[in-house]
Amino acid sequence: MALRLAGVQRGPAVVGLLIAIFLLLFLLIPVGKVIVVAFQHPATGEATIVNFLDFFNNSLFRESFANSFYVAAMSVLVASIISMPLAYFTTRFNFGGTALIQTLGIIPLIMPPFVGAVAMQLLFGENGSVNLLLDEWFGFTLPFMEGLNGVIFVESIHYFPFILINLSAALGNIDRAMEESAQNLGANGLRLFRRIVFPLAMPGYVAGAALVFIKVFDDLGTPLLLNVNTMLAPQAYLRVSSIGISDPMGYVISVILVGFSLLSLWISLMALKGKDYATVQKGGGGLMKRDLRTWEKAGSYAVIIFILLLVLSPHFGLLLLSFGTIWSFAVLPDAFTLAHYATVFSTATQYIVNTLWYAGLAALLDVILGTAIAYVVWRTELVGRRWLDYGATAALAVPGVVIGIGYLRTFHGVNVPLIDQPLASWWVIIVVAITIRRLPYALRSCIAAIQQLSVSLEEAAENLGATKARTVWRVVIPLMSGGILAGFVTSFATAAVELSATLMLVARESDAPLAYGIYEFMQSAAGRGPGAALGVVAVLFVGIGAYVSHLIIERGKYARSAKSIVAEES
Amino acid sequence: MTTQVQQNAEAGVVIENLNLSFGNTHVLKGVNLSIHQGEFFAFLGPSGSGKSTLLRAIAGFGPTPSGRILIEGRDIADLTPWQRDVGMVFQTYALWPHMTVRRNVAFGLEERKIPRKEINERVDRVLEMVGLLKLADRRPSQLSGGQQQRIALARTLVVEPKVLLLDEPLSNLDANLRIQMRREIRELQQKLKLTTIFVTHDQEEANTTSDRMAVLDQGVIQQIGSPMDLYDKPDNLFVAKFLGATNIIQGTVMRDSADQRMFRTDSGTVIPLVDDTAVGGKIVFRPQNVEIRSAVAGAGVEGTGLSGVVHHTEFLGSIIRYGVDVNGDDVLVDHTHRYGESVFRTGDRVELTIAPEGILLLEG
Ligand SMILES: Nc1ncnc2c1ncn2[C@@H]1O[C@H](COP(=O)(O)OP(=O)(O)O)[C@@H](O)[C@H]1O
Ligand SMILES: [Mg+2]
Repeated sequence: MALRLAGVQRGPAVVGLLIAIFLLLFLLIPVGKVIVVAFQHPATGEATIVNFLDFFNNSLFRESFANSFYVAAMSVLVASIISMPLAYFTTRFNFGGTALIQTLGIIPLIMPPFVGAVAMQLLFGENGSVNLLLDEWFGFTLPFMEGLNGVIFVESIHYFPFILINLSAALGNIDRAMEESAQNLGANGLRLFRRIVFPLAMPGYVAGAALVFIKVFDDLGTPLLLNVNTMLAPQAYLRVSSIGISDPMGYVISVILVGFSLLSLWISLMALKGKDYATVQKGGGGLMKRDLRTWEKAGSYAVIIFILLLVLSPHFGLLLLSFGTIWSFAVLPDAFTLAHYATVFSTATQYIVNTLWYAGLAALLDVILGTAIAYVVWRTELVGRRWLDYGATAALAVPGVVIGIGYLRTFHGVNVPLIDQPLASWWVIIVVAITIRRLPYALRSCIAAIQQLSVSLEEAAENLGATKARTVWRVVIPLMSGGILAGFVTSFATAAVELSATLMLVARESDAPLAYGIYEFMQSAAGRGPGAALGVVAVLFVGIGAYVSHLIIERGKYARSAKSIVAEES
Repeated sequence: MTTQVQQNAEAGVVIENLNLSFGNTHVLKGVNLSIHQGEFFAFLGPSGSGKSTLLRAIAGFGPTPSGRILIEGRDIADLTPWQRDVGMVFQTYALWPHMTVRRNVAFGLEERKIPRKEINERVDRVLEMVGLLKLADRRPSQLSGGQQQRIALARTLVVEPKVLLLDEPLSNLDANLRIQMRREIRELQQKLKLTTIFVTHDQEEANTTSDRMAVLDQGVIQQIGSPMDLYDKPDNLFVAKFLGATNIIQGTVMRDSADQRMFRTDSGTVIPLVDDTAVGGKIVFRPQNVEIRSAVAGAGVEGTGLSGVVHHTEFLGSIIRYGVDVNGDDVLVDHTHRYGESVFRTGDRVELTIAPEGILLLEG
């Protein structure tokens, strides 16, 4: 028996080991290296905390630290202010705006914040369209984009959907009976909200808020493009790119970034722990909804449309910028032209081609790894199998800057034999970095797919004579294909606009992907037009990707509902 | 009108001409009922018949109905759910997962601004009553289904509502626990003399717990009465069928040469009737009101003896249920099973006697 079991487990064991090695090489060792270097004396190499003391003795770093914290916290606040009315409308009222709100929750995510940042400056900056109009009409201007405000503004418009989605889901998962039983026992109004609804929705909100906090705290591209350098991620990048990889400050900052990311993840885990508040049971189905009175409807639509305009403004600005000739001190560009697109397609196609390659390869690797990990974790008895899941998911807590610095430090001395150059400057390392960064998302997709798969389907195949491997090939993978495909598309779309890690790992212009190209173009005033045109191309990539993955997931839902009917009948 | 109000004063719950719609779907159609103070009353009906909707209307949930609902004589139409003082136990229990058992149970008392000391005493007492005082500091998720059920009950009972509403309270429990819990609920109700409405789709549950019940179908009350009344004297075919296995045979009423009322089934079998007034095109009788014996050659066909052939047998433990083909009519017969007694087999010729007083004549 033991022998037979060993035989059955051998295949998964080999696969599991390979994945473990991959994660070890490209995630744990580089990050470990960063942490070790942060605690090493730069000259002698002994263990010390002197680098951290230096960091906090330096007023620039102290300011950067405070700024990053402030910007992340304020972004959470502003994102919450945007999300709360929207979540409230969808869960409380029967009204047609729900579909609009759901769309609202997706639009921002299809454009990385750094892409829209420059366009936002032209719309909302000191001499931007909105302030010119405000000044003309009312005689005052608002500092939307002044320094840190700009980062907060751009980030919260971009990341609020994380809170919206989590909060709406949490509210939507509260069984109506939870609320009704409280009313039945005498509670209503604000007390009911405070004692029942709010605590039940809290874990979902905290999870969303923690995610926004990490994303903003770690973001490199947006502050760089808005020319706000006194924040942690930009400082790390600038130190490493200007002073070099031996400067300890980049590593200290990396450790702080990772620490805060872990802290946020931990907080959100704690918020959700033991609180499986998905309380909807059959017959339940969300909180009580009511119809809106006319003036309430008008008010709700006004709020939604205002938020919609905000959310669309980076897209709108980017389009204007990409088609505009000169746009400065004016509400709109002076004239319109296709020249920027012509420039992009004549001089910058290598960015697009590189991106297709990198994102395609990374997404492919991600779904292969994701499927394999999902299978090993959920369908085998391998000891330590959960650690594959934890390991891959840990990448969530590692900012792109840290991956970048870790790879540079770890692989600059590793020579790739045939091509005779360091691994750290070979284009393949960019693909690996993107793969590691997107793996957690692809993995979630694959795990969701395998969890929905009844084990009895596999047992039936084995019972009819299929080996484990054949069963995986003929039953598991085909049935998971929806989830795998969705994982691929999401990974691809988000990989296409990955900036922070690539910014550090691109060794030569000819290896650079789209995001890098946008960043390069946007550096100069003359390059903004083509940069925006390239940005539009990026948005199209991500938008089409998001739409396709949505279609796949919807189709999956349909198939699943068919499956649950079978289950109910049996 | 005055007499009605006087009646209402002693009634626990009175419902008059209640109609309720979800949008264009008319769900409750002219419901009238009167439930006595301290009575255990069941709403029985198939899924979708409107039982929950009716119960929720009493608690103040769902669309506003037309008609009147009176509790202890008072019209509660204008009261919000939190002012009605009717206690409802939800089918899914709806225990709040973020509160301990004790906090869940204390909730209603806190809302009523009862002093803390009294709250603690009353919570302890009610937890003692349902036998779960030692679990007071657990979270609902750490309790078994039966324990959750008791806590949900305790949470409602502790506020001493005027009426207790139970919506399929046993449906999430396994079979053995269901039988135990229905006894416990009945005993508690008797002890507290609490007017109780119990919703169920299971006739055995309604029979074993309730003093009286109302059978609902498609939002219409079909009949109200004690379980035994409804079983023995259903007003219509729906009630007859819903309360247990029954034989329904189509035919016409006629008189024989001696002016005795008879029922001639469409397939030609003639069955004498004792009731001289009832009208209808169908006879209804329960399988246990039929006697079955071997068709002995030469035995007479006098009385209500019908002859037929066994075409189906089901062994149900205490009884054997035979399906007998009588001239093309399928008649179910229940025969008490005793160890060692001979049984009939498929194909056996048998003779049936229907107890005449067990035959009902119904329209339909
Ligand atoms: N919220 C609702 N919206 C529309 N129709 C409903 C709603 N709730 C119940 N119904 C309809 O009302 C009828 C009675 O439902 P219900 O009272 O839940 O039945 P029961 O509890 O007897 O199973 C059903 O036909 C059901 O489809
Ligand atoms: Mg119901």
